[in-house]
Amino acid sequence: MPRYFTDEHEWIDVEGDTATVGITDYAQGQLGDIVFVELPRVGSEVARGKDAAVVESVKAASDVYAPITGEVTEANGALEDDPALVNSSPEDQGWFFKLTIANKSELDGLMDAAAYKSFCDSL
Amino acid sequence: MLSDDNDSEFEAETATLPLDGWHRGKGARMVEFAGYWMPVQYEGIVAEHLWTRAHAGLFDVSHMGQLEVSGEAAEAALEAVLPIDLSTLKPGRQRYSLLLDESGGVLDDLMVTNAAHRFYLVVNGATKWDDIAHLREHLPDEITLTHLEDDALLALQGPEAARALARLGLDPVNDGWPRVEEMVFMQAGPFSWNGVPLRVSRSGYTGEDGYEISVPAARVETLAEALCAQPEVQPIGLGARDSLRLEAGLPLYGHDLSREISPIEAGLTFGINKRRRGEGGFAGADRIQRELAEGTARKSVGLTLEGRLPAREGAEVYAGDAKVGRVTSGGFSPTLGHPIAMAIVDSAHSAEGTPLVVDVRGKRLSAAVAPMPFVPHNYFRGDR
Repeated sequence: MPRYFTDEHEWIDVEGDTATVGITDYAQGQLGDIVFVELPRVGSEVARGKDAAVVESVKAASDVYAPITGEVTEANGALEDDPALVNSSPEDQGWFFKLTIANKSELDGLMDAAAYKSFCDSL
Repeated sequence: MLSDDNDSEFEAETATLPLDGWHRGKGARMVEFAGYWMPVQYEGIVAEHLWTRAHAGLFDVSHMGQLEVSGEAAEAALEAVLPIDLSTLKPGRQRYSLLLDESGGVLDDLMVTNAAHRFYLVVNGATKWDDIAHLREHLPDEITLTHLEDDALLALQGPEAARALARLGLDPVNDGWPRVEEMVFMQAGPFSWNGVPLRVSRSGYTGEDGYEISVPAARVETLAEALCAQPEVQPIGLGARDSLRLEAGLPLYGHDLSREISPIEAGLTFGINKRRRGEGGFAGADRIQRELAEGTARKSVGLTLEGRLPAREGAEVYAGDAKVGRVTSGGFSPTLGHPIAMAIVDSAHSAEGTPLVVDVRGKRLSAAVAPMPFVPHNYFRGDR
């Protein structure tokens, strides 16, 4: 299952026509202690580069943009009870939402793990 | 125009604190605040917040303005610019005061210490240059106003602060003045530490027991190291400073307090001392006296919110469908485990327990007016 990364510090796992989206370990480190995650409604459409979720840390609210366009099929209910999962397991249990991929060509040009790592190292 | 642009670019250049390298060495994440690079967090805001509530946290607040007012008639001159009663402020005592404009708006809030034959003021970092200009304009020429730019300022806050600071063995400069562990809340005085002159006050901005310590910038790193070598002490960033002060119900200038909010609306009547309330004769006195007599149309209140979603500054507050106010600062309380906020609301909706609704990005969050502080103060008043 290929994993892609964006320069907005989201990760995307692709399995067939479905993608799982979360924020990276680097992103959670920058945000600090997360106390609330506002996720998109199941059935809603998210568009690439547009607001899809909001992460509230102790410090501030931060927007999370949809890395690709699609229809949301599932939101991670575990984050409702335990938003700190985004801190403790950002790239696994702390996933945000799943969507059906509207346009696979949007995946072109996203980074792989190695490219993302060198991107973070350059920041 | 060109020179104006150049000036503003020059002013926008971010300054570094004397402890800049020390913070970075401790793993701090640095952000721009009040014109300085400042540590927002080291380990993480929640961990630092809880550490301070349980042990002792060391905060670098060297961005704040430290001023000294001296001269024959300094007392009268200061009373002309602040609504403070200095006749009841003894040497070695500190008091909260307010710098007001002519219409009763708040230019800044500050601490005033009677330092025997002079007064020592601590003002907010973001407002210090305006404060200095305002004071210089309004103080008589024969009064000396000194900006103590070569001094850094540390705050040591938390229930174990006194134990940690006592171990450093500071000597009171004045015979018969208390040692640091004997001082009570809002007591202040000069000390010597291995020959380094310090100004120490038992006060702070977290609601906890603790101290603020003014130290020559050249020696601040030695002092910070000595304090952090104590097992009770960890360095704490600005992030936790803000969440701690919010839990303590202490207003933040520029947010909960501004030129648009009067001290009476903000619930800071104690910042205008009793004799002055009666006599007037300070900037904004007309409005202050009128508001004291007639009450205000709106008031600052505390809010507790249901759920986990914090309401931030600017969020609108409703009673039913009617907009009745706005959040002036808000966040998630690490101690309480739910969101809290300060808001300015119509006085009709300011009674404790009043149910209100806060709008956050279209979500209507249930809230209630709550007494402040949200977390009890833990000041040392000599009774334990």
